[in-house]
Amino acid sequence: MRHIISILLENEAGALSRVAGLFSARAYNIESLTVAPTEDASMSRMTIVTRGSQDVVEQITKQLNKLVEVVKVVDLSEAEHIERELMLIKVRAGAKEREEMKRVADIFRGRVIDVSDHTYTIELTGDGAKLDAFIGAIDAGAIIETVRTGASGIGRGNRVLRV
Amino acid sequence: MDRVKGQLMTGAEIVVRCLQEEKVEYVFGYPGGSVLYIYDELFKQDEVKHVLVRHEQGAAHAADGYSRASNKVGVCLVTSGPGVTNAVTGIATAYMDSIPMVIISGQVPTHAIGLDAFQEVDTVGVTRPCVKHNFLVKDIKELASTIKKAFYLATTGRPGPVLVDIPKDITAASHEFLYPESVQIRSYSPVAKGHSGQIKKAVQLISEAKRPMIYTGGGVILSNASAQLTELTRTLGYPITNTLMGLGAYPATDKQFLGMPGMHGTYEANMAMQNCDVLLAVGARFDDRVIGNPKDFAKNPRKIIHIDIDPSSISKRVKVDVPIVGDVREVLDEMLKLLSARSNGVELEQWWKQIGQWRQKDCLHYDRDSALIKPQYVVEKLWEVTQGDAFVTSDVGQHQMWAAQFYRFDQPRRWINSGGLGTMGFGLPSAMGVQYANPGATVACVTGEASIQMCLQELSTCKQYRMPIKIVNLNNRYLGMVRQWQQIDYGSRYSESYMDALPDFVKVAEAYGHVGMRIDQPGDVEGALREAFAMKDRLVFLDFITDQTENVWPMVKAGKGLTEMLLGSEDL
Ligand SMILES: Cc1ncc(C[n+]2csc(CCOP(=O)(O)OP(=O)(O)O)c2C)c(N)n1
Repeated sequence: MRHIISILLENEAGALSRVAGLFSARAYNIESLTVAPTEDASMSRMTIVTRGSQDVVEQITKQLNKLVEVVKVVDLSEAEHIERELMLIKVRAGAKEREEMKRVADIFRGRVIDVSDHTYTIELTGDGAKLDAFIGAIDAGAIIETVRTGASGIGRGNRVLRV
Repeated sequence: MDRVKGQLMTGAEIVVRCLQEEKVEYVFGYPGGSVLYIYDELFKQDEVKHVLVRHEQGAAHAADGYSRASNKVGVCLVTSGPGVTNAVTGIATAYMDSIPMVIISGQVPTHAIGLDAFQEVDTVGVTRPCVKHNFLVKDIKELASTIKKAFYLATTGRPGPVLVDIPKDITAASHEFLYPESVQIRSYSPVAKGHSGQIKKAVQLISEAKRPMIYTGGGVILSNASAQLTELTRTLGYPITNTLMGLGAYPATDKQFLGMPGMHGTYEANMAMQNCDVLLAVGARFDDRVIGNPKDFAKNPRKIIHIDIDPSSISKRVKVDVPIVGDVREVLDEMLKLLSARSNGVELEQWWKQIGQWRQKDCLHYDRDSALIKPQYVVEKLWEVTQGDAFVTSDVGQHQMWAAQFYRFDQPRRWINSGGLGTMGFGLPSAMGVQYANPGATVACVTGEASIQMCLQELSTCKQYRMPIKIVNLNNRYLGMVRQWQQIDYGSRYSESYMDALPDFVKVAEAYGHVGMRIDQPGDVEGALREAFAMKDRLVFLDFITDQTENVWPMVKAGKGLTEMLLGSEDL
């Protein structure tokens, strides 16, 4: 099962490597990992997407909690939550393809953020499936480069993760 | 010495002052370039004494042994680069057994970090997976508070080694010294008290058990809960087993004690673990060497109560019914308040009768009429000669198992061994730490001719500091435990398990300035032990030439169920 885990951790040198090291040392899988400081600069918020049975994910959250720099851990997938991922995708967009590419981007609420004679760079956000769908919708040969951030997640409604 | 706070000091002075504030008596270490300022400060005072080992692995094991035998924090000090990498085995050993230790390591100067400087190694990176936590001090302002945090983290919650890496320029810089009174780490708040509802449930469950079993591990020793455990066990009148890490938590000579469980556990302990209806697990972690194959273990639908300070130990290998997260001692105290003596019902009597039948297998029997020295006999005699009152360290292998099976530990912190990592080389240096923690006490190191050679150089340390350790070498001229597995699982193909070209250990002992004895007749075993232990101020190396092919029984082969025990060569 896919799980999306949110972590609040001290914004200290080495904290990221402790988390990453834990996953490799215990052979847990990481599909994606995102991290950046929060509004409180002393703390970072990390989102990890992983796969594993209920038992494995329980161990993952317990082991994460054991890391001294980890303040809080929550498995977002246990309840309603929102996930977003940002993708920047550079595609071939010569005179012939331009209009069609723009049309598909619009359908996916993508925005063209950079243009050259032969390319568009499109910014797209959504859950992973939507980004995948966009990639599927355009001609594979048109893709020059993609960058994805991996998922960030937050609980719905009153569910919050803070100290 | 005056304790004026806020005095201007160098980083090195701060380090030493912090150790004084923590009431550290001994530091086990080895100098080198990046820690010379610290050594210079050690030289100028005499509150913190330094013990110079001969290899940094020895420093870590000695600090570890000191901690295990005293419940104080073991401290070791090593230089950057090879100093640290040499210590890693010792740090990992302490980590696997949750031993509170603080390691101070020198590092190249801050400006040189990352430039492949001489003796630079990424110490925080190298040690990360085998410490509870580690720090690189980048600013002298943080030095004192970091050391305070290190001691706090090492000793609270599930204990463990904590490393503080200090660049050389920081030890030379100056700053005002203020030692924090207390530590607050918002991301770290170990639970001590168990959940009262869960404790009630547990008490109810054990009180109603028909075939109860108590199974305890190193957690009971670490939390100093032997008295509570003993009271609880006696009040209930239930059978109990202590794991390799937990021996001594309950008196081994008591009739309720079934011996050690697991791969080389007793028949009765393993049968009771498997066939009980309620299992009370205390500070134990259902390790693969203890419960065998977890699927097989789970076949019997018993109820399991599990008390542990570390939530991640709970339901890791075996699903439990009543988890209780908390400090073992506090939880047992709470349980004791709710418990009343169990009347000896028919069912309990039946259970004890069953256990009595299992005991009749006499699973630890060995040939007492052999013309060769049986290793088991040596340990039995060791127990007699030391009146069961010694501190016993060991290395790893068959001798370790025989020591655990045949030296009956009646007190906690007397049995010192590397259970988790299984580190050959642990025995002698850890015995040094044990001796420092208990000056005047009898300390024996039960070892094998292979293990002892892994840290043999510490004989020199023992000479320098006059440590009267007794080394009981069960010399079978084999990597015995490896040979045993090869005999049983690899068609008796003894690949590289014979120790050729062994030294004359008597001469080795003498070369280091100690007493050496070689014993090859069963009739001489007791006399030699008596003679050696009478030499109160000398290290004696007793080289017992034992039966080369003796195996450790019972044995549960790796991956097998706990009750699939081989009881002797007749089962092969
Ligand atoms: C550092 C290290 N290397 C290898 C091993 C694997 N090992 C476990 S027991 C053993 C043999 C130990 O031989 P010895 O010390 O003579 O003890 P015996 O089993 O003969 O009593 C070996 C090699 C280990 N535990 N530790």
